[in-house]
Amino acid sequence: METPLIEFKGITKRFSGKTVLDRIDLSIYENQITTIIGKSGSGKSVLIKHIIGLLSPDEGSILFRGKPVDKMKKKEWEEYRSRISYMFQNNALFDSMTVFENIALPLKQTTNLKKKEIEKKVMSRIEQMELLDAANKYPAELSGGMQKRVAMARALVTDPAIVLFDEPTTSQDPIRRNIILSMIAHYRKKFGFTAILISHDIPDVFFISDRILLLWDGKIAFNGSYEEFYRLKHPMIDEFLLSIEGLKDELTGLLSKRMFRSRYDILTDQRNIGNIITAVLFSIEFKMPDEINGSLISTEILKALGEYVNTYFGPLGGFSARHSSRKILTVLPYLKPEEVEKSVHDFALELQQKTLTGSAADVRECFEIEVTAGITEAGPSDDIENIIEKAEKNKKIIALYKCGKEDS
Amino acid sequence: MDNSLARNSNLLLYFFNSLGKKIIKIINELGAIVIFFILAFLKIFRRKQIHEIIQQIYYIGAKSANIVMLVGLFTGMVLGLQLYYTLTKVGSSGFLGSVVALTLIRELGPVLTAIMITARAGSAMTAEIGNLRISEQIDALYTMRIDPQRYLVSPCIAASIISFPLLTALFDLIGILGGYITGVVLLGVDKGAYFYRIQAHVDIIDIRGGFIKSIVFALLVSTICCYNGYFTHLRTDSYGARSVSLSTTSAVVLSCVTILISDYVVTSFLM
Repeated sequence: METPLIEFKGITKRFSGKTVLDRIDLSIYENQITTIIGKSGSGKSVLIKHIIGLLSPDEGSILFRGKPVDKMKKKEWEEYRSRISYMFQNNALFDSMTVFENIALPLKQTTNLKKKEIEKKVMSRIEQMELLDAANKYPAELSGGMQKRVAMARALVTDPAIVLFDEPTTSQDPIRRNIILSMIAHYRKKFGFTAILISHDIPDVFFISDRILLLWDGKIAFNGSYEEFYRLKHPMIDEFLLSIEGLKDELTGLLSKRMFRSRYDILTDQRNIGNIITAVLFSIEFKMPDEINGSLISTEILKALGEYVNTYFGPLGGFSARHSSRKILTVLPYLKPEEVEKSVHDFALELQQKTLTGSAADVRECFEIEVTAGITEAGPSDDIENIIEKAEKNKKIIALYKCGKEDS
Repeated sequence: MDNSLARNSNLLLYFFNSLGKKIIKIINELGAIVIFFILAFLKIFRRKQIHEIIQQIYYIGAKSANIVMLVGLFTGMVLGLQLYYTLTKVGSSGFLGSVVALTLIRELGPVLTAIMITARAGSAMTAEIGNLRISEQIDALYTMRIDPQRYLVSPCIAASIISFPLLTALFDLIGILGGYITGVVLLGVDKGAYFYRIQAHVDIIDIRGGFIKSIVFALLVSTICCYNGYFTHLRTDSYGARSVSLSTTSAVVLSCVTILISDYVVTSFLM
């Protein structure tokens, strides 16, 4: 069995007699994105502050690759800390320093890099985070969203092995939120770090997470994958999702995954055995050299696709939800398979003309977008994951945008 | 009778209990300040400190020079005025130069300079460090493996040790000129006698004493001000911006009181 990168063993933390963390046991694995969710004030930030040593547990121990951190020698402890970076909930930027100086600070103070090397590294991060115009501004002159990106650039500038993100997407609009999360996922792949995220942005954060931890009443109430989280029927998870997740997906305007599942369950209950329904899985494949612009365009196209799916298939009795960062599943209970084929064909023509060409008009770089649709039939025994799997096998390109050439 | 005895002994117990607690708290606090100072002082000599120290010398020293000169000038002028009338009464107005210079160099120069720097730069140190503390910027430094004490406190202490004696010298010089303006220019004391008496009566021991005082004040003021800002989040009487403002007030008051008390102690040792 894989040794966890970081392990909590019986961690308890109390503040003024109030127990915030109550004998917590958890494991964080290397190169994964672990998301910690929980109600406000449930101790999520307290939990991750223990990892970097900002707080010490009252009881229990934290292990790094099996070694207790409280028993590490000074050199080992410093080495352990040098691998970790922390992005604060309120950004914690130095308001008397410019954006450039803020990002350069850890390099200036903790490395022996030359001035030019530091400048090059900082400027590359500034460019990646779309902060070129803000490089010489002070944090107070920036919007909340830009400040978040500065904090993220500062957290990543030292190329850490573990990055702790404390609510990286708060105060962001749905598009920017998805871009930040895509960036975290992208950089995780590119630089190979382990990410530990605290977020309330459901479902967006689930799409990039390998593991979900639900902190409830000071204990880890759930530890597993995102699919397991939605499949698990538990009053506590229902209560949590009800308090966090709305009825609709904020980015696309489609149903939330929970609502989608409820409607699908009702439909399954109402159906006679032998009745077949049709479902379509829309996916977006995107190729662009620049990841930041790529995330922006693909998020905008996903948003447009969601809105368009809703407008087109809603009146036909269909209901849809986003099932991963670039996939939308639509269930059409009242149409026959051949009618669905025709509808998807008509939909593809309009999508090509209106959405893809329109969204691509402002982008100067050469890029490719493929929208695929997989049509499948589902029986009463099929669950949503089965339907997605079957539809995935039937997918065909329905719309294409390639460096100014459209096709369908 | 028994009841009143019991009540009195309870009151006495309560009195000593609370007094003891307060004394223990003060001793703990003093111990914490001493440890804080020792750690910060030792970190002055770490690498990558020069730039931060120069920056602090600019804030604490260079930027305080104008106010120190202004106060020095008027202190010297008032001294010239008052001492001229006092010395005239005993027929010794010719000693004006030496009395003004000795008063400034031995006593008023170090004390008033320290108080002026406390008001100008000491309060700024507390407010700035306190602000960094409540906005989690000190925690951010820690997460970036930058020792907050080394980065924020040590440069202030080093810059104070350098700036206080220099500003004291500036204060003394301008004060002597102030005394010259009132004594010689306005009241007609002989110019040659004014400077001759200074040369004749001011010894290197007087100057050294003044500088020792200014270094002691530098250590006290910078430590008290940085300590109050650094631990502003531990205040139990207030939170957030209010705690920063209260810490700043406490730092300034405590620094001024400590300057005067330590002035007496150092003077008695130097005599």
